[in-house]
Amino acid sequence: MRDVAVIGIGLTKFGELWDQSFRQLTAEAGSKAILDSGVGGKDIDAMYVGSMSSGRFVGQEHVGALVADASGFSHLHIPSTRVEGACASGSLALREGYLSIASGVNDVAVIGGIEKMNDVGGSAATETLATAADQEWEAFFGVTFPGLYAMIAKRHMHEFGTTKEDLARVAVKNHQNGAKNPFAQYQKEISMNTALNATPVAEPLGLMDCSPVTDGAAAVVLCAADRIGDFSGKPVKIIGSGQASDTLSLHGRRDITTLDASVHAGKMAYEQAHLKPSDINIAEVHDCFTIAEICAIEDLGFVKKGEGGKAVENKITTIDGSLPVNTSGGLKSKGHPVGATGVAQIVEITKQLRGEADKRQVKDARIGLAHNVGGSGATCVVHILEGM
Amino acid sequence: MTDIGIVSYGGSIPRLRIKAEELADVWGKDGKRIAKGLGIPEKSVPSIDQDTATISVEAARNALKRCHINPQDIGSIYIGSESHPYAVKPTGTIVGEAIGATPDLMVADYEFACKAGTAGVQNCFSNVKAGLIKYGLAIGADTAQAAPGDALEFSAAAGGAAFIIGNEKVIATINHTYSYATDTPDFWRRAEQKYPRHGGRFTGEPAYFKHVTNASKNLMEKAGTTPKDYDYAVFHQPNAKFPLKEAKILGFTKEQIKPGLKVSYIGNTYSGASLIGLAGVLDIAKPGDRILVTSYGSGAGSDSFDITATDEISKYERDKAPLIDDMINDKQYISYGVYAKYTDLLYWE
Repeated sequence: MRDVAVIGIGLTKFGELWDQSFRQLTAEAGSKAILDSGVGGKDIDAMYVGSMSSGRFVGQEHVGALVADASGFSHLHIPSTRVEGACASGSLALREGYLSIASGVNDVAVIGGIEKMNDVGGSAATETLATAADQEWEAFFGVTFPGLYAMIAKRHMHEFGTTKEDLARVAVKNHQNGAKNPFAQYQKEISMNTALNATPVAEPLGLMDCSPVTDGAAAVVLCAADRIGDFSGKPVKIIGSGQASDTLSLHGRRDITTLDASVHAGKMAYEQAHLKPSDINIAEVHDCFTIAEICAIEDLGFVKKGEGGKAVENKITTIDGSLPVNTSGGLKSKGHPVGATGVAQIVEITKQLRGEADKRQVKDARIGLAHNVGGSGATCVVHILEGM
Repeated sequence: MTDIGIVSYGGSIPRLRIKAEELADVWGKDGKRIAKGLGIPEKSVPSIDQDTATISVEAARNALKRCHINPQDIGSIYIGSESHPYAVKPTGTIVGEAIGATPDLMVADYEFACKAGTAGVQNCFSNVKAGLIKYGLAIGADTAQAAPGDALEFSAAAGGAAFIIGNEKVIATINHTYSYATDTPDFWRRAEQKYPRHGGRFTGEPAYFKHVTNASKNLMEKAGTTPKDYDYAVFHQPNAKFPLKEAKILGFTKEQIKPGLKVSYIGNTYSGASLIGLAGVLDIAKPGDRILVTSYGSGAGSDSFDITATDEISKYERDKAPLIDDMINDKQYISYGVYAKYTDLLYWE
C-alpha cells in the first residue's frame, strides 16, 4: 500500500444558507480545496463525493457527475462516484479515495461531502434522517434519531451514573470551541443553564443536546505521498483508515452504550498507524448528540467505558485538556450537514496539524483522529492523520 | 395645508381571547414555553358572527366617529386581507354601503399577505396626491387562519384598523413612503386550500428580516433620517420576537418599539398587525412625534412610511371611539372547544 496525504482543504460556511444552491456549495468547497492543493484539473484522477440524501433534501440524485460538472471538469471526463453511508457518507467517500490511491490505481483524488438540508422543513428533515435507521424495525414504529440516542443516553445513565449535567457540559464545551470557528453555524457560547433548560426533545435529550439541521459542503484533495512534491499544498499524512459495520437497528446490538462499529473501526486505524489511543493529540468525534461524544471517546479508548461523562469536567476533552475533542465546535456547534460532516472533520484535523486553526489551535498537535458515524452506529469510519 | 396624511383612524379587535396554554393542552405541547418563545401569551379570536367585513366596518365607523367628514367625500376604499369572506365579490363594497360612501367610489380588495392594508394606505395617498379623490379609506383586517396543531395556531389572530387619508385636517403627515418587494415564497395559501403553509425558518432571515430591514433602511435614506429621529417605530409583528430583533438590527430602542407592539396582547392580526400598531401609537402621539412604520407581507414585500404627527392631533377627538388599548383590555376568554366552533374546525349538519 502506498502512503497517502491530504494536500488541500476547502470548506463553505455552515448554517442556513438560503441563498446558495447545492451546486454552488459543492463548487465552493471543491474549488477552495483544489486551489489550496495546487493541483490542476488534468492532475485529478478521480472524484468521490459523500451525500446522504440529496434526493430527499433537494430532489437531486446523480451527484457524482454533478460535482465534477459543477467544478468545471465535465470536459475532462473524470471518474466521479457518489458514496452513501448515512451521516458517515463523507468519511466513506474519503476512505474510497484513500484506498484508490493507496492501491496504486490513482495518484490524485478530490473528495467532497455535501448536504443541503434546510430546503425542506424541520419535520421532513427529521423524517429523511430517519431513513438511516431501520425502516422496518425502527422508523416504522415512529422512532427518530433523537429517540434512538435518548435510549442510548438513558442506558448510559443507568449503567454508569452519567448525568444530564454531563451531557450539558459536552454542549457547552463544543459551543466554546465553535465560537472560535468562523465557519461554524453557531458561533456563540452557551451557559450550563441554557443547555439544561432547553426545550425537551426526547428525554433526557433537550434541544442543546442535539446537532442542528445544516447546509454546507467540505472538500479535500488526496495525493499519493510519493507525488506530493509535484504540488504546492501543505501535506498531512493519512496513517490509519478504519471502517466497520454493525446491526442497522439499535435493539440488535450486544450493548447499546457501546458502538461496536466505533471500537472496530478505531482498532483497525490504530493498528495500521501503529498507535495507541494515548498517542492521539486531538480528535474530531461524531457528536450528533451530546451522548454520542461521550460514547465515542469511550469506544475509541480515550477514557474507560463509563467514564466519558466526566471527560469535560476532568478537563480531558477541553481545548486546553490532555486530548482536545471537537475543536471545530463539533457537529453540535459547527453544524451537521450530514454528508459533509466526515470530510469537514478531516478539514479541521488538517488545519490543526498544519497549525492553521487560529484561536482554537492546539499547541504541538501532531497526531489527529477523525471519527464519523452513520445512523446509530451501523457504520463507523475512523481516520488517523499525522502532520508532516 | 397641502400635506397629505392621516385624517382619522379607528381599530377593531374581537373581544374573545384564547390562551396559549389552552391551545397547547389540546396538542400536548408546553404552552408556557411556546408563549414565552413567541411572546404571545394569548390571542384574539373572531366570534361566530365576526369576519373581515364586520371588523372592517367597525374600524371604518370608529375612524368616522372621530372626524367630521362626509362619507360621501370618500372616493376610494381599499381593503387588504388574506381572509376576505368571498373569493369573488369584494369586501370593500360591503364597507362602502355600511358607512354610506357608495356609489361614487373606487373600490378594490387587496391581497399581499400581511402588508395588503399598508398597500391600501399607499394607494389612497397616491389618489389624494393625484387629485383624484378628496379622501381615501384604507383598511387592513384579518381573521387569520391556522391549521389545527400548526405552530401558527399560537399566533394567528383577528383584528383590523382603518385609516382615512386626505389633505385637510391631517393629524399625521405621511412624509415619505417606500416599498421593497421580491418573489420570496416563505408563506402561502393556494386557491381552495383552507390553511396557509409556511417555510418554517425560511420565514425569518431571507423573508421578514431581509424585506423589513431593506424597506426601512431605504425609506430612512430617502427621508434623510436615522433611528434617532423617530419617537416611535412600528414593524410588522407576526410574533413579539421578530420586531424586537428587527429594532436591534436597525438600531431602534425597545422604548421606541414597545408602544406599537400589540402582538403580545392579541397575537398576529396579519393585514391588521402593523396598522393596529400604528393606531396604538397615534392613540398617544403628540404634535411633532415622528413615527416609522414598516409592514411585511409574505411572498414577499414591505411598505415603509415616515410619518409626523401634526398640531391637528391635539384637537383630534380620539375619545369618540375606543382606543386600541381599550379594545385589548376588553376581553373574554374561551375554551378550545368554543374556539373550534367559532373558527370552523367542527363539522356539523
